[in-house]
Amino acid sequence: MRVVITVLYLCIIGFLGYLGFKHTKDSKDYLIGGRKVHPAIMALSYGAAFISTSAIVGFGGAAGVFGMGLLWLTFLNIFVGIFIAFVFFGKRTRKMGHNLDAHTFPELLAKRFQSKFIQKFAGGIIFVFMPLYAAAVMIGASKFLENSLNIEYHVALFLFAGIIAVYVFFGGLKGVMYSDAFQGCLMLVGMSLLLFWTYNNLGGVTAAHEKLTAMMQNPQVLTQLSQAEAGIAPGFRGWTSMPEMFSINWWYLVSSIVLGVGIGVLAQPQLVVRFMTVKSNRELNRAVPIGGVFILLMTGVAFIVGSLSNVYFFEQTGDIAVLAANGTGNIIPVYLNQFMPPWFATVFLVVIVAAGMSTISSQFHAMGTAVGRDLFHTEGKDEKTTMLISRIGMIIAILITILLAYVLPQIWSGAIAASTAIFFGLCAAAFLPMYIGALYFKKISKDAAISGMITGFITSLFWIVFVHIKESATLRISEALFGKPSLAQGSILAWVDPIVVALSVSIIVTIVVSMIKKNDLHEAHIDKCFEGI
Amino acid sequence: MLGITDIGIWSAYLLCVLSTTLCVGYGVLNWNKEHVYEEET
Repeated sequence: MRVVITVLYLCIIGFLGYLGFKHTKDSKDYLIGGRKVHPAIMALSYGAAFISTSAIVGFGGAAGVFGMGLLWLTFLNIFVGIFIAFVFFGKRTRKMGHNLDAHTFPELLAKRFQSKFIQKFAGGIIFVFMPLYAAAVMIGASKFLENSLNIEYHVALFLFAGIIAVYVFFGGLKGVMYSDAFQGCLMLVGMSLLLFWTYNNLGGVTAAHEKLTAMMQNPQVLTQLSQAEAGIAPGFRGWTSMPEMFSINWWYLVSSIVLGVGIGVLAQPQLVVRFMTVKSNRELNRAVPIGGVFILLMTGVAFIVGSLSNVYFFEQTGDIAVLAANGTGNIIPVYLNQFMPPWFATVFLVVIVAAGMSTISSQFHAMGTAVGRDLFHTEGKDEKTTMLISRIGMIIAILITILLAYVLPQIWSGAIAASTAIFFGLCAAAFLPMYIGALYFKKISKDAAISGMITGFITSLFWIVFVHIKESATLRISEALFGKPSLAQGSILAWVDPIVVALSVSIIVTIVVSMIKKNDLHEAHIDKCFEGI
Repeated sequence: MLGITDIGIWSAYLLCVLSTTLCVGYGVLNWNKEHVYEEET
């Protein structure tokens, strides 16, 4: 049954990839979908690329540990990731991208500030660091496939990467967006059923929440929470309560999970490029409600179900979720396999695979275009050469991603969450101040944009390697050089996410340099950038 | 209400619903606005 449904799903994906291939005539089609993508396809594609396996399995599992406080991330995902992104960033990005004939996010920034360096540096960041994020998503999806279909991890990995590679390679962004939209629909149905099923089995919304709240009165639960294996940081007050203000638990929840991912989404190259795929602002207006509802049903359901899984696990096994499932990453898969009907677990397997595929395909496309359009593109090259270089870049990026996905789980247990956070943080710190400046401030200078990008990138990297203990302890560079896992060991700073520090530094540097060094871009160029905005 | 008493969690729940409503309302109110084909400008 599982194999039949999986094969049927893959056949549909194959057909949609072929459809994308048939509709791709030139590099504009391949890179930005010809700027004529339907708003529903664009919104579902944006949402499906945004929400990956790690959002459902990884962060859903995190909700099993941190509780419903993660709903603050859902709020930010909807308000910042959809409303602010589409209305305040999307419209200007679309228009400016069209004015400057930009085909990628780095190209948009580079043409706005008339700096080839920005395009090469931003393209380099994407090509070097995005495989980490893509590998994180691929590990999550392959592990799920491994457990569900009883196949070897490396077989699942190659199967997964191979299928995506084919439809991205031939179908370009059209193939990616068509299949994203189909995968987004599957995810909507699967998550809606999961929410209904969970609340229904626990006696309704109020009864379910009351049972979860009451667990904190149970001495057995309190004993389990104090065990080291549970991984509960000081400050936890229950799954239906926020952690104690400014405790380690609060800092990790608010700065890493909520702010890190909630704000970081604004400067994700594979998402920004989607704003350039529609022909007018009307399409963006129509995409906003679809995106908002989609994100609510994706992350909202994952976080609520992740939290409520504690009631299920405790009633059935006598253990809280993280102990019963043997780790955060296993909470959602084990919950589905043990407490859901077999047919639903099968359907949800496809949902998880779809969530992974839709995100990875966008990442492969972004990495390929970073090579073909940003790193090695020169004016005057014909359409076919650009597409060929993009495809070669994509193959290299795919091979690096597969290698990372193969090696990382063996040497790094927390690779999925950390890799995602690293890429989101790096993108936000390096690109966000410059991106806001490009869209809203005519007087921002090229030097200010470059200074902000470089300081944001370096600060973020420094904080990841030497200060933020979640990553620095794993990377062990700080340990090797200074003899301790974090330079801020024992201080609350070790729990403050890189994005909080690096983004602040990057914003300050951009503003200060802009005040010192006046804008040297020609007025005619600025007028061209902002024409119609 | 609904089995949750913590104001922090309640606020998050409420903001999720309000922000989704904002997205839907914005889309509906602007459904036919700003339709300018680039080629026609």
